[in-house]
Amino acid sequence: MNTKKDKTASVDWGSILRQASVPIMFIIICAICIPISGLSANMLVNEIVTRMGRNSFLILSLLIPIMAGMGLNFGMTLGAMAAEIALILVSDWQIVGIPGMVLAVIVSIPISILLGIFCGKILNEAKGREMITSYIMSFFVNGIYQLVVLYLMGSIIPIKHTSIKLPRGYGIRNTVSLLGMRQKLDNLLAINIAGVKIPVLTFIIIGLLCLFIVWFRRTKLGQDMRAVGQDMEVARDAGINVERTRIISIVMSTVLAGIGMVIYLQNMGNIATYSAHSQIGMFCIAALLVGGASVDRASIGNVFLGVILFHTMFIVAPRAGAYITGDSMIGEYFRVFVSYAVITVALIMYETNKRRMRSAAGQQLAAAQEAEEASAKGGEQA
Amino acid sequence: MSEQKAPLLQMRNIKKDFFGNQVLTDINLELEAGQVLGLVGENGAGKSTLMKILFGATDITATGGYGGDILLDGEKVSFSSPFDAIAAGIGMVHQEFSLIPGFEAEENIVLNREPKKKNLLSEIFGERLDTLDRKAMDETAVKAIEKMGVNIDRHMVISSMPVGHKQFTEIARELSKDQLRLLILDEPTAVLTEREAEALLDSIRGMSARGISVIFITHRLQEILSVCDTVAVMRDGVLVEKVPAKQTSVQEITHWMVGRNVDGGKKAAAVQQTVNDNAKTALKIEKLWVDMPGETVRNVSLEVKEGEILGIGGLAGQGKLGIPNGIMGLYEAGGRVEFEGQEIPLNSPRKCLDSSFAFVSEDRRGVGLLLDESLEWNVAFPAMQIQNKFLKSYLGGLIKWRDDDAIRSVTEKYIDELKIKCTGSKQNARELSGGNQQKICLAKAFALEPRVLFVSEPTRGIDVGAKALVLDALKKFNRENGVTVVMVSSELEELRSTCDRIAIVSGGRISGILPASSSVEDFGELMLNNVI
Repeated sequence: MNTKKDKTASVDWGSILRQASVPIMFIIICAICIPISGLSANMLVNEIVTRMGRNSFLILSLLIPIMAGMGLNFGMTLGAMAAEIALILVSDWQIVGIPGMVLAVIVSIPISILLGIFCGKILNEAKGREMITSYIMSFFVNGIYQLVVLYLMGSIIPIKHTSIKLPRGYGIRNTVSLLGMRQKLDNLLAINIAGVKIPVLTFIIIGLLCLFIVWFRRTKLGQDMRAVGQDMEVARDAGINVERTRIISIVMSTVLAGIGMVIYLQNMGNIATYSAHSQIGMFCIAALLVGGASVDRASIGNVFLGVILFHTMFIVAPRAGAYITGDSMIGEYFRVFVSYAVITVALIMYETNKRRMRSAAGQQLAAAQEAEEASAKGGEQA
Repeated sequence: MSEQKAPLLQMRNIKKDFFGNQVLTDINLELEAGQVLGLVGENGAGKSTLMKILFGATDITATGGYGGDILLDGEKVSFSSPFDAIAAGIGMVHQEFSLIPGFEAEENIVLNREPKKKNLLSEIFGERLDTLDRKAMDETAVKAIEKMGVNIDRHMVISSMPVGHKQFTEIARELSKDQLRLLILDEPTAVLTEREAEALLDSIRGMSARGISVIFITHRLQEILSVCDTVAVMRDGVLVEKVPAKQTSVQEITHWMVGRNVDGGKKAAAVQQTVNDNAKTALKIEKLWVDMPGETVRNVSLEVKEGEILGIGGLAGQGKLGIPNGIMGLYEAGGRVEFEGQEIPLNSPRKCLDSSFAFVSEDRRGVGLLLDESLEWNVAFPAMQIQNKFLKSYLGGLIKWRDDDAIRSVTEKYIDELKIKCTGSKQNARELSGGNQQKICLAKAFALEPRVLFVSEPTRGIDVGAKALVLDALKKFNRENGVTVVMVSSELEELRSTCDRIAIVSGGRISGILPASSSVEDFGELMLNNVI
């Protein structure tokens, strides 16, 4: 009896450890790499703060589909592409600074909504396989994006400026400069504390999104999403329009990802037209998972912990790698490798947890049977 | 007050057939406001179908609707979906829980009927962005729980609740609907402990006092007698008796429930008893538990004698299906199974098949058949896969080719023997009727030439003629080849006419083993023992 109690207690610890295993692993990696990299604390903090401002909004856009039980939305890339199209147009119109950003957001929203509805409808046909479907969808829509950017822009969609257009007369160059917008948001209201630049306005916007998400959880729609996420059949029986709710969650995620991408690109200062979006989904998801989120559970805290840990590793790993091996490529390789590894580990953990839950029911039965026999024996003796 | 008024509910000549298979015949029922009606009957008697019709379930409309009229307050109604029924004041608590696992009881009680508050964003984007009014939600939940009269923690998350409280949460949800006038409870006490069941009965009395009518379906007859005004007994789709609860007894109701052609059963049973009591034990099951959802098995010990047909009976959901499924490794199981002194490892279908067990599953379309393959393949595949039968070896076994001739001849032999209606051995299994598909499943198991054959619900959903053929084939296989057969069925008559001994499972446990010649009443009593 005693041993069994100990076992259950240790299982509890085990499950806590399992859930926190990814963040713990990253804390260890960072703790080892930071001293080796030889970066000063000031520089490191500066880099991390910059990247928090750059990435947090994008990662926050992943929370809503997780709430609706649709897993990690690899389809957030769709929003990123919408933002890129909007930014290319706005920079061709030569609207700069904050007004340019606002206009880009406004232009991106209808594109995001359309793509989101399209994605949501397809995901409704693939219930239970949302992640792989949205992942493949992002490749498919990437093809459409390239068609638009490479052939339609300049030929059908008017593009005036030759600095954006390819020399052949249509199609967009490999990089589009956003010099007029570069860090305009970050620098407005920026303050400097001990040599660390803090983009206050960006953080305020991120903070507002966090508040919105907290508030949204308390709305009827948020409640419906949580219900749909946990049990579609029960939600449907209660009269909730499951399909529509799921589509709305994907649309919201896509729109937020679009806004996040505008913030991201204003910080970068240029658009890599054909590759800026290609890994954004991967890195955002990896960061969220590093923060301790899982396929069916993620919080705002996971987002910020994830941004800090994942990007600390991003900053220090190449330098540490260069210091150890003399080759900076090793660190570059390492961080891409790690992002894929983190996602794989998270997906495996999700499946094993599900299986564990199932066999736990069996173990309970066996235990109940044993207890019953023990009590029966006790009864006989008495 | 109700003298002049039409009764709350009238059902007139309700008929229902599923594709020509009559399941309900001329049901007439009346229920006054505030009355409690107890509805009893064996599985398959038509209780659930009747309630589904009343509740407007979509699988009724999808299968051609029903005949007869339903009147509420004297007015004819016809529900095209459960939402219509709910709007008309009918509530139903199903056997399976319909609750969101990660929500609190309170959130489940008001699910999709949450009180809301307007705000700026909802004015722009529509009412789905209204914030939830937690205080009003609280009030609604408290009121509903009060109405129910059973105290549950409204802030407890469903997944950490004991199963009885989940049931009460469902009931509270129905009671929180203001328009509720008629509540259907489908075996609500099945998951309750004795004290919880008592509390529920009190709660039903309370509802009745408030003028809410209740239709109460249960297998625990004592409960019916203590709480209901009227008892209605159904058997084979017909309402056989409807009497005031005060004028009847458990024995009488049991008799009405199972008492069909008692003489015929006895005659069939008299032919049996071919295995003498001294036959040695072929299969020994000790302390078996099986985690099969809805068919949980708890601590079952059984001995099966060599060459006998052992029946396993009991009501649906009591665990009889879990026994063969658990032994054959289809669901997680624990305990000890011995065959002729050798332990058979559990949770490994292959090991079971290797020790010459065979299993005809109750899920013939899912587990039993390769629907889009020919009959030949269906019959020969397991034998080929497991026992290397129907294979020709070349180069000393390095290369093995299918022996198509042997496969065809064995398939044709079984088509002949079992009178399988088909266009030939090359026809796809999907194209056969249910009864013939079942026969293919048997042929498949026979081709394995097993020492022990488990058959699960061999006659479910097939017509009378095919039934007799399937049962005869089983008996013949048992007699001629000396194969030990364990047959699971929810039809007691079928077990009594086929088996030597019958074990009755109730609440996941064996509640007794009787010779097939025992009386129907004895079996009925065992079935209703410790029902969960």
